[in-house]
Amino acid sequence: MVEIVFIEHDGSEHKVDARPGSTVMLAAVTNGVPGIDADCGGSCSCATCHVYVHEDWLEKVGEMNPTEEAMLSLSPDRKENSRLSCQIPVSEELSGLVVTTPEFQF
Amino acid sequence: MSEVITPEHKQSKWSMVGKDAYAMPLEDIDLSHPGIWQANEYLPFLERLRNEDPVHYCKESAVGPYWSVMKYKDILEVDTNPDIYSSEPTIGIVDTFEEFTLPSFIAMDRPKHDDQRRIVQPVVAPANLKNLEVLIRERVCKILDSLPLEKEFDWVESVSIELTTQMLATLFDFPFEDRYKLTYWSDMATSIPGGGLAKSQEERWEAIQECLAYFTRLWNERVNTEPGFDLISMLAHGESTRDMPPDEFLGNLLLLIVGGNDTTRNSISGGVIALNENPQEYAKLRKDTSLIPNMVSEIIRWQTPLAYMRRTAVRDTELGGKHIKAGDKVIMWYVSGNRDAEVINRPNDFWIDRPNARNHLSFGFGIHRCMGNRLAEMQLRILWEEIMQRFHFVELEGEPQRVYSSFIKGYTHLPVVLHGKT
Repeated sequence: MVEIVFIEHDGSEHKVDARPGSTVMLAAVTNGVPGIDADCGGSCSCATCHVYVHEDWLEKVGEMNPTEEAMLSLSPDRKENSRLSCQIPVSEELSGLVVTTPEFQF
Repeated sequence: MSEVITPEHKQSKWSMVGKDAYAMPLEDIDLSHPGIWQANEYLPFLERLRNEDPVHYCKESAVGPYWSVMKYKDILEVDTNPDIYSSEPTIGIVDTFEEFTLPSFIAMDRPKHDDQRRIVQPVVAPANLKNLEVLIRERVCKILDSLPLEKEFDWVESVSIELTTQMLATLFDFPFEDRYKLTYWSDMATSIPGGGLAKSQEERWEAIQECLAYFTRLWNERVNTEPGFDLISMLAHGESTRDMPPDEFLGNLLLLIVGGNDTTRNSISGGVIALNENPQEYAKLRKDTSLIPNMVSEIIRWQTPLAYMRRTAVRDTELGGKHIKAGDKVIMWYVSGNRDAEVINRPNDFWIDRPNARNHLSFGFGIHRCMGNRLAEMQLRILWEEIMQRFHFVELEGEPQRVYSSFIKGYTHLPVVLHGKT
């Protein structure tokens, strides 16, 4: 299992174990981490699983695909380290990954 | 958001009212005619197409030939491929008259859609809505406190329309005594000449011009005063919006008014019907009002206030094994996808604690996904929180009357009686 750390906008921390091959979004949803809505269920078409990736992990998380970029580009809360968590596959390499959830999903 | 159908069509040869969905040849099924929608007879037609011909071609109808996309996954495919399925020239099943249409990004493709939406989107972002919640709740309370107990009245007129009108006025900080103009302009903007409210195209255009003049005056007032939390002030002072050309400002403002008008109105009415038809769910709600946010999503799925969105194929493509040609009209029936058992568990049940209730299609998906979704949810949540504080039972007293439209899934009349808490 791969450990992923979610930090809420108010600082509350949630450490969860994720299965390789799953996604960061599913890791949050199946473990009851608040702040991730995932309205479209992981098909990169609603931008309600928005997270900010800790800068130490940006490189390992990798590049965005064009669809993810298109969805995120419409979010008013988008930052440099914004990603859609349904588009981040869980792998051993990401063990210890730290992401922050925004105050609102939109 | 209504569509072109003149009253004489009610008796037209295109109507499917009274027909058995399973007794006619598949190719004769036509969902575009408003008859079965107003008569509340549409479900068997949706079910048959979904099961037997989920990407269905209707070769002849009052609005010309069109494709019907019935299944959740196929709808998602169309909605998330805007480069194949264009939102131009219009998102309605009926083609529009260009000279009488204001530009708004709902009917634009990228990159223009993205540029314009990005400018307007922050005004309905949750962070801004938070500032309005107290005022919206105050107004909801005032309306609910003015309703009669144990006496029949029309919920549509006294609550659904009144609330959405007041909320629009609140969001725009629009002069309260003039608030009915907002609903009038919205209804005029979407009415098709001869089909209802507007008697002619000129009359309709006159109402739009009046709306634009009014909002220009408000903009000029706000731009010269301290920034506030209302949408006009935010647009007038926002760094990225204050230099927006007037026609863009006005076109998109109208989209915000229209988008937030009858969609929310009909979900407010729909919730009352759903709870009356499912007394066990109403009982669940009385026992645990923390279910309200989840119920709000379920109401929006169950109601599906906009039955469909239209796209137009820009090139030949394939969908569900069918060959779609460039220029074909493609209708995504959200109302059908929301009842697709392949994705939605027990889809015909109204289930207020449904798991994954947020996974419905009513807001659409992809870059055109409803921008006011959080606002709509907030309005419905506050309303039901305050209803549950006051009333034991909002009881339906008769058959609801439905809108004559295959696009707007809504109600014109809903007789109810309120029973207080004892």
